[in-house]
Amino acid sequence: MSSISTPITKELIAQHGLSDDEYQQILTHLGREPNLTELGVFSVMWSEHCSYKSSRVHLKRLPTEGERVVQGPGENAGAVDIGDGLAAVFKIESHNHPSFIEPFQGAATGVGGILRDIFTMGARPIALLDSLRFGELDVAKNRHLLKGVVSGISWYGNCIGVPTIGGEIAFNDIYSKNPLVNVFCLGIVEKDKLLKGLAQGVGNPVLYIGAKTGRDGIHGATMASDSFDDQSDAKRPNVQVGDPFLEKLLLEVCLEFLEKDLLIGIQDMGAAGLTSSSCEMASRSNTGIELDVAHVPCREPNMTPYEMLLSESQERMLLVAKPGKQEEVIAICHKWGIDAAIIGKVTDDGMLRIKEHGATVAEIPAKALAEEGPRYERPIQAPQYQEMLQSLLVDNLPDVKNPADVLLQLLRSPTIASKQWVSRQFDHMVGTNTMVRPGSDAAVVRIKGTNKALAMTTDGNSRYCLLNPYIGGTLAVAEAARNLACSGAIPIGVSDCLNFGNPERSDVMWQFVVALEGISDACRHLNIPVVSGNVSFYNETNGLSIYPTPVLGMVGLIEPAHLVTTQWFKHAGDQIVQLGETNEDLGGTEYLKLIHNREQGNPPWLDLDREQALQRLLIQSIRQELLESAHDCSEGGLAVTLSECCLSHPFQPLGASIQLDQKRLRVDALLFGESPSRAIVTVSPQNMKSFLNIAQEQGVSASIIGEVGGTELSISVVAESKTEIGKLNLPVETLTEAWSLSFEQHMNQ
Amino acid sequence: MNVGVISFPGSNCDRDCHFVCNDILKQSSRLIWHQETSLKNIDLVILPGGFSYGDYLRTGAIARFSPIMDSIIEFASHGGLVLGICNGFQILLEVGLLPGAMLRNTHLSFICENVSIKVENADTPFTNQFSVDQILNIPIAHAEGNYYADSTTLSTLHEHGQIVFRYCSGNGTLTNESNPNGSLDHIAGICNQTRNVLGMMPHPERSAEAVLGSTDGILLFNSVLNTFEKSES
Repeated sequence: MSSISTPITKELIAQHGLSDDEYQQILTHLGREPNLTELGVFSVMWSEHCSYKSSRVHLKRLPTEGERVVQGPGENAGAVDIGDGLAAVFKIESHNHPSFIEPFQGAATGVGGILRDIFTMGARPIALLDSLRFGELDVAKNRHLLKGVVSGISWYGNCIGVPTIGGEIAFNDIYSKNPLVNVFCLGIVEKDKLLKGLAQGVGNPVLYIGAKTGRDGIHGATMASDSFDDQSDAKRPNVQVGDPFLEKLLLEVCLEFLEKDLLIGIQDMGAAGLTSSSCEMASRSNTGIELDVAHVPCREPNMTPYEMLLSESQERMLLVAKPGKQEEVIAICHKWGIDAAIIGKVTDDGMLRIKEHGATVAEIPAKALAEEGPRYERPIQAPQYQEMLQSLLVDNLPDVKNPADVLLQLLRSPTIASKQWVSRQFDHMVGTNTMVRPGSDAAVVRIKGTNKALAMTTDGNSRYCLLNPYIGGTLAVAEAARNLACSGAIPIGVSDCLNFGNPERSDVMWQFVVALEGISDACRHLNIPVVSGNVSFYNETNGLSIYPTPVLGMVGLIEPAHLVTTQWFKHAGDQIVQLGETNEDLGGTEYLKLIHNREQGNPPWLDLDREQALQRLLIQSIRQELLESAHDCSEGGLAVTLSECCLSHPFQPLGASIQLDQKRLRVDALLFGESPSRAIVTVSPQNMKSFLNIAQEQGVSASIIGEVGGTELSISVVAESKTEIGKLNLPVETLTEAWSLSFEQHMNQ
Repeated sequence: MNVGVISFPGSNCDRDCHFVCNDILKQSSRLIWHQETSLKNIDLVILPGGFSYGDYLRTGAIARFSPIMDSIIEFASHGGLVLGICNGFQILLEVGLLPGAMLRNTHLSFICENVSIKVENADTPFTNQFSVDQILNIPIAHAEGNYYADSTTLSTLHEHGQIVFRYCSGNGTLTNESNPNGSLDHIAGICNQTRNVLGMMPHPERSAEAVLGSTDGILLFNSVLNTFEKSES
């Protein structure tokens, strides 16, 4: 197609996903009609995916500052000071739409994309985590999607040699036609060497390095900004194809540039490829960029400027070299066997100017594409069904008759069962830093050359968010931070991945705004800055939106590293202490869904002061080396938590005998309720007194509920009258079997 | 002892091996780019794990043509110590320094976990700090670790004590359940007849520090150091 002569019709504008109003804005910015190339460029840059046009006004609410913050949102990734002259660079990002259409490549390129975000900042990536959501595994298509996604992550992450150390997977039918693939990556950089996506210094050369540009992924960002229907499979050509080997070379090349101090700035060509990287770098630096696409290394002949600008071919970078350093940059690329070409220069006129063999084919103010894109305050309205969702008359439900049976059912349910079938397909040890492997509250890596370790977790309970987006938002932050505290880590920063439905629907926008308020309030209260993140809207198929699913990737610092604490029971004879209180919190629980088939009620209210006190207690007592183990109490309640403490020891599972006071609660609420701000810790008898003193100082309820030992988990529920009203007695071997084999059985059905 | 760790494009355990030799073992170690053609004063060559050339053709099949390989073959033929770990083992098979070949794991998936292996031969430059039948807890991480050789080769391996490590259960028995990849005769590592070239699928560099969960692997490095010190004295 000839981009200069093609007339811009109404149909063409609509095909590009631009509204009439947005087209008018384009006319204003340009002072003329765009040509087809320019229309294409506007269309990707103003897509929801690239412009954040529906979310940006609300994201301002998040707390983004803190004494450790080196780089907040707005760059390729956020960065937090961890001392010793180092910064942790991290971000979480979604790759939902491509993973539904083509699970293997969709997930693989999700890993590739987030890795590039980290190493463009000059940081060597040292850890990956994945937060995944699928439909229930009794549906063959869902198993296919899960297998594809896991193989894709495994293929890319293992090959490039960055360990996948943790994450989470949850299942719900709502994700059958819109699975979620969120990938978190963390890297380490010397703080003063942090690189940014800047295009400064008029006349400085702009270089293209990495893979050749092909026709893949054109309009990927536009696809990611649209809902799906039954014909979505036809969008498979929009999904990019990854090359982890090339990315490994690119990683080493970028780190060599950093070591030799050759660059002004660098940016990944991710969504909207060459277009977004160039106009964002120029916009941030208040400069312009002029490129000649004739110099772009292409995979096939006769590609048009339109195609080259919109291609989302993977493993490519745009960079601005320091004056006179371009030859050295190119030499390093050639040493590693990758393409490099000077394709343009930095200018001072604020324009993104695209030429082809010297003739201008597109000319757009860079800021119009980046910062000055459209912004919407979309209508917000709580849905009418919300009240019905929250209503739950617990008294109408029968209390649990056979707790042992329910416990085994919960342990077997894929959301709670061991995910070893997945994690063993990921190299979680390469890099020789992994101190805590997948399977504890948080994964932990040591930082070589220091006495420190970093704990990481991803968390988010979408059912809570559906039932009450505000509480769901606060609980997600609290659980992530609690997971870190149980490992002995102080939370130092968080990256949020906000997966929601169609923002043009007022109920979805309401969920988004209210959940964000919950996240903001909790982060502010717990003093955890949000340094990076990603919004994924239009997670909707055939008009059905997913549950609101904010996922938090949180990072905590452990110092000294040997204090790292794990969730499993360590020695017979240790005392088991429940921290925090159990209330009648059955709303939105796994128990209610699995046993009573209800996703209803109000999730438990989170008292942020109480939560903070619990976390302080955990961290302080771990620092004083008083705890043998610590485990956050969450999905599945106390009984599941205690089972996990018994069975998750890598070599030597241990039993426990527990006595719980009924305190006028239903037995199911006591055993399977999900009251927040609770943890199970073990303390050796000689440390108990000191520990209880600290608990009292911090104002945290601490009750000794039993002792580690034997080969069974026995839980006895005792009424005030001292009579036993509930009992559960299971060999740890039976618990282990239920928990560890179930996932594979589900996958092989 | 001077250690040379070869970096092929796509190697990703090169830095890990270098770290163990340099920071744990306190020996002089350097990374050698695959396009170099001389080893210079090296006492131990390590071919590290990873995905050389992305393993896009067949594991190790392209790396064997790297310029550095000629000098490694030369070095080995004069008795120089060569250790191939994981992808390094695969390269040693491809280049013919060790016999046999690798197939995909029988379950066709990548697998990363700790396994038990048994020392079959403690009389090599790489295993003299172990005892025969000693059981090691050590990580594996591969998709193609299913060792295969024809029956003549297998008998030769047995005859010359070339089978150095075998997968086993926690108490040392050779069961199908404890063979993680379907490897012929439970083979996890073999050496050449002169015992100066060792290839193994498990990663000793990942079990060289207590902080990572196991120190069984450091004994392998200590064995090499011991061999070197004896040869010097």
